[in-house]
Amino acid sequence: MSKFKNKEKRTVPQPPSGSLSDIVFMLLFFFMVTTTMRETESKVMVRLPEASEIAKLERKDLTSYINIGTPIRSLQGQFGNDSRIQLNDSFKTVDEIRDFIAAERDAMSEADRSFMTVAIKADENTRMGIVTDVKQELRKCSALKIMYTARKGE
Amino acid sequence: MGKKTPEINSSSTADMAFLLLCFFMMTTTMDQDKGLQRRLPPMPDPNQKAEDQKVNRRNIIVVKINSADRLFAGTEPMDVSQLKDKIKEFLSNPANDPSLPEREEKEIEGFGPCMVSKGVISLQNDRGTSYQAYIAVQNELVKAVNELRDEFAIANFGQIYMKCDEDQQKIIREAVPQNISEAEPKDVSKK
Repeated sequence: MSKFKNKEKRTVPQPPSGSLSDIVFMLLFFFMVTTTMRETESKVMVRLPEASEIAKLERKDLTSYINIGTPIRSLQGQFGNDSRIQLNDSFKTVDEIRDFIAAERDAMSEADRSFMTVAIKADENTRMGIVTDVKQELRKCSALKIMYTARKGE
Repeated sequence: MGKKTPEINSSSTADMAFLLLCFFMMTTTMDQDKGLQRRLPPMPDPNQKAEDQKVNRRNIIVVKINSADRLFAGTEPMDVSQLKDKIKEFLSNPANDPSLPEREEKEIEGFGPCMVSKGVISLQNDRGTSYQAYIAVQNELVKAVNELRDEFAIANFGQIYMKCDEDQQKIIREAVPQNISEAEPKDVSKK
């Protein structure tokens, strides 16, 4: 029987786990740096249209987002399923875009203001009417750099 | 030196780090926003009388999208897939067709004289046009310009536009301008 006992004792040596935490911390820092917290909760359903000639957005911190789409399921009872504009955290009307842009502009430093971009995230089934209204409003508050957010297609 | 401070048990740091790691992995959004960048025309000054922008007729191509997402470019209805070639032909005008836009010799800094097309694409849409169709058309317009830029870049710098350096890109942008005008919205049907 001693034969068997000997075999049981010969176990595989444990791999050194001292550096495990270092590895994990490294990963952790990577994710902490790359992460961008979702500041706003999306209240509209947006399925972006497809485009092939898309360019990357350069400065994320200088971008304001305007979401346009139908309200999410749980809010449809309250707001209906017509396309709505969402700014920050709530539904807004076209006229309120002006205040929104002014507030966003105020939050930026003087030098960066001219680089401000407004990203229009509209659902692919939105009618152009509402988008045109938004565009006109943006022109009125001279936020002229815009981007139609799209996803890579083809 | 009295008592030695006992060493803190560090075997659980990995666990804690894992927990944090999981949290950040869940909340992270790696997707970068991408899209078509555009510059809106500034609002016309209300005090200033709208001066007649006399753009030669041959220099303008009107691209219209109606509420049923049908496309109309220049003088004929067409499919989105045909639009790119139409625009390319319009902007390049290889045979100096008098019905296509004129080309003007322009002195470009750091490059020299170059024939620059004066063509302008005017994009008009209805309020009922779907956003998807609009973006598809915009995309085709950008694609046409990008292809022309690539052609120009290969002919003059031996590589595509994206591979050129900053100065070259600037020259190319001047030689092949992207003149897309998003017209003032028109009240087609007021309800």
